[in-house]
Amino acid sequence: MNLATFWFILIAILWSGYFVLEGFDFGVGILLPFLGRDDTERRVMINTIGPVWDGNEVWLLTAGGAMFAAFPLWYASLFSGFYLALLLILAALIVRGVCFEFRSKVDSPRWRAGWDRAIFAGSALPALLWGVAFANIVRGVPLNAEHVYTGNLLTLLNWYGLLGGLVTLSLFTLHGAIFLGLRTDGELRQRAQRATVRIALAAVSLAAVFLAVTQFSYGKPATDVTAAVAAVTLIGGAAAAARGREGWAFAGTAVTLVLAVATLFGDLYPNVLPSSTNAAYSLTVNNASSAHYTLVVMSWVAIIFTPIVLGYQAWTYWVFRKRLTRSDIVPPQAPSVTGPDAVEPVGGRP
Amino acid sequence: MSVLELSRWQFGITTVYHFIFVPLTLSLSYLVAGMQTAWLIRKDDVYLRMTKFFGKIFLINFAVGVVTGIVQEFQFGMNWSDYSRFVGNVFGAPLAMEALLTFFLESTFIGLWIFGWNKLSPRVHLATIWLTAIGTSLSAFFILAANSWMQHPVGYRVDPVTHRVVLTDIWAVLTNSTLLAAWPHVLFAAFMVAGAVLVAASAWHLARESHLGVFRRAMKLGLVVTLVAGIGAAVTGDVQARLMDSQQPMKMASAEALYNTSDAASFSLITVGSLNGSKELWSVRVPYLLSLIATLNPHGTVQGINNVERAYDKKYGPGSYKPVIPVTYWSFRLMAGFGSLAALLAAIGLWMTRARRIPRSRWFYRAALWGLPLPYLAIAMGWIFTEMGRQPWTVFGLLTTARSVSPGVAASSVIISLAVYTLLYAGLAAIAGWLTVRHVKKGAPAETAGTAEPRPVFQY
Repeated sequence: MNLATFWFILIAILWSGYFVLEGFDFGVGILLPFLGRDDTERRVMINTIGPVWDGNEVWLLTAGGAMFAAFPLWYASLFSGFYLALLLILAALIVRGVCFEFRSKVDSPRWRAGWDRAIFAGSALPALLWGVAFANIVRGVPLNAEHVYTGNLLTLLNWYGLLGGLVTLSLFTLHGAIFLGLRTDGELRQRAQRATVRIALAAVSLAAVFLAVTQFSYGKPATDVTAAVAAVTLIGGAAAAARGREGWAFAGTAVTLVLAVATLFGDLYPNVLPSSTNAAYSLTVNNASSAHYTLVVMSWVAIIFTPIVLGYQAWTYWVFRKRLTRSDIVPPQAPSVTGPDAVEPVGGRP
Repeated sequence: MSVLELSRWQFGITTVYHFIFVPLTLSLSYLVAGMQTAWLIRKDDVYLRMTKFFGKIFLINFAVGVVTGIVQEFQFGMNWSDYSRFVGNVFGAPLAMEALLTFFLESTFIGLWIFGWNKLSPRVHLATIWLTAIGTSLSAFFILAANSWMQHPVGYRVDPVTHRVVLTDIWAVLTNSTLLAAWPHVLFAAFMVAGAVLVAASAWHLARESHLGVFRRAMKLGLVVTLVAGIGAAVTGDVQARLMDSQQPMKMASAEALYNTSDAASFSLITVGSLNGSKELWSVRVPYLLSLIATLNPHGTVQGINNVERAYDKKYGPGSYKPVIPVTYWSFRLMAGFGSLAALLAAIGLWMTRARRIPRSRWFYRAALWGLPLPYLAIAMGWIFTEMGRQPWTVFGLLTTARSVSPGVAASSVIISLAVYTLLYAGLAAIAGWLTVRHVKKGAPAETAGTAEPRPVFQY
C-alpha cells in the first residue's frame, strides 16, 4: 500500500468519525421540536450533546484539513465545485453552532423558540446535504481536463444524490433518537424509544435501496460485503432499539455509518472524484495527492496524535456518561428586578 | 465586479470579522484560567466570581470564533482553488496539524470545562481551562505558520513538471523567522484586547460602585495586562519591521509611502497628499525614524517603492508590484496609533488607580469604555496592512492573487456567498454584542453559600 492510499483510508476514517459523532448531534437537533415537550425537556436534549458537539465538529475540520494536505487537487476541485452546497452547509453549521450558546442566555419563550427552529434547520440541512454530496462524489461529476467542475448546484440534485441525502438524513435522525434513549431517562427516554422504531423503518428501507443501487452501479466484491454488513448492523441496531437495548442499538447505527462510508470510499477507489465528462479527467488517489515528503510528515503527525485525540475524546464521553433528566436542569433564575446587587442562586444563569 | 474582486472582498470581510473574536479567545482563556487558579490557591470567593463572570464573556465570544473559523478553512478550496492546488503540498500541512493537534484540544476541553464543574475534581477541572488556553495559542501558531509561509516562503521547491510548490523541510516552515516574530506579536495584541475588555467591564461597575471587590481587581488586572501587552506588541512589531525590510521591502516602503530609496529616512506621523499617495502636500515627520525602524541605524538605507518596482520588473517580469499605497500607509499608522493610545490609556489608568484608589472622575470611566475598541481596531488595521501590503502576491514572489482564484466558480455564486456571510456575520455580531453587554450589566454578584446541592456552573 502506498502512502497516498494510506491517506485515502485515513480520510475515510475521519469522515466516518465525523458522521458517527456529529451524526447523533444532528439527530438530536432534528428531533428537538418533536420530542421535547417543554423548555426543560428541550434543554435536557441539548445538554446531552452540550459537552461534546464542538469536539465532534472538529472531525469535519480535520477531514477537510487532511484532504487539503494530502490531496490538494481533490480538496480544490471538490470544494470549489460544490460551492453553493457547501455554502448552505457552512451557513447551517454557523447558525447551529451559536444556537446552543445563545439560546441559554435569555430566558424568554420567544427567544428560545426562535433558536429551537434554528437548531432544527441547522441540523437537518447539513444532514441532508452531506448525503447529497457523497452520493455525487461516488456517482461522478462533470470535470474538465483541468479537473475543474463545470456543473452547478442543480447538477448535484439528481435523484441518486437526493436519495443519498434522504439516507443520511434518516440515518442521523435514527442515530440521534437512539443516542437520546441512551442518554436520557423517564418520559423523554420512552418517547425517544418510540420514535426510534418509527424512524428505523424509514432509515432501513431508504438505506437498503441506496446501498443496492450503489452496489449495482458502482460496486465491487469487497464493498458488496461492507454494504451487506452495513445493512445487517442497521437492522440489528433497529431490532435492539425495539427491545430497549440502547447500547447495542447505538453500536449498530455507529457501525452502519462507518461501513456505509467504507462502502462509498471503497467504490470510489482508486478515484477520489470521478469525472462524468471523460474518465481520463478523473481525480485519482495518485494524480491528486501531495508529494511523498508531505505525506510522510503528515503520516507521522497522524500516527502520533490521533491516538491521543481519541483518548481524551473517549474520556469526555466517559465523564458525561450519566443519563440526564429534568432534575439535572438548573431552573431559570428569577427575573432580576433588584438591580446589579441581586443575589442569585448558586450556578444560576442557565 | 469580477470573481477575483468579489472573492477578495469576501476573504477580507470574513477574515477581519473572524479575527474580531479570535484575540479575545486567545487571551481571555489564559486570564480566566489564571483567575480560577487564584481561586483554588487562595480560596477567595472573589476569584471564583471573576472566573464565572469573565468565563461567560469568554464563552459567548468563543462560540462566534469557532463557527466563523469553519468558513476560513473551507474558503481556500471554495474561492481560491488554484491557490490550493499550487500550495496544498506545503500550506495544507500546518492547516491539518492545526485541526488535529489544537482544534480537538480546545473544543474538547472547553466542553469539559463548561460542563465539568461538579463532575471533575477541582484540579482536573482547572487543567481543562489551561489546556483550552494552550490549544488556542498553538492553533494561532499553526495558522500563523501557514500565513507566514505566504509572506516569506521557506522549506519548499517548485516542481518543474506541475509548476506547483513541494514541501522539502517542515521544520523550516515551522521555524520560519517571519512566524517566530508574528506569533508573539499576535499574542501580545490579543492580550491588549482582553485587557481592554476587563477594563471596560470593570469601569461600568466601578462607576456605579457595584461589585467593587470583583471589579477593582479586574480593573487592575486589565490595566496591567493592556500595558504589558502593549509594550510587548510594540517590541515584537519592531522586530517584524526589520524582517519585513529584508523579506518584503515593498511592504516596508509602502508602509511609509517612500517612493525613492533614502538614507536616514524620516517617518511621517500624518500626511496630506494626493489620493494615490504619490504627491505629498503637508506632513508631520520624525527624522531618521523610518531608517531606525527598518535597519536599527538612523542613517540606514530604506529602499523606495520605485526602486523595488524596477528590481521586481527584472526579477518577475514586467508588471505592477505595488500594493494600494494609501491603504498600506494609513493602516500601518492606524495600527500603531490605536495600539499606542490603548497602552497610554492603560498607563494613565494605572497611575489613577495606584494604591487601591478608585477614581471619582467621570472622564476616567468614559475613557475606559471608549478605549475598548482601540485594540480591536489596531488588530484589524494590522491584518489589513500585512495582507494588503503583500499584494499583488498571495504567496510572495511565487503566486499572484489574480492567479489564485477559483476558475470554475461563477460571479453570481460569490455574490450569493458574500451576501450570506456578510448578513449572517452582522447578525451574529449584533446578538453576541448584545448578549455580552447584557451579561456585563448584570455584574458578578456573590453567591449565597450552602444552597441545596451543587449545580453545574454553566449549562445550555
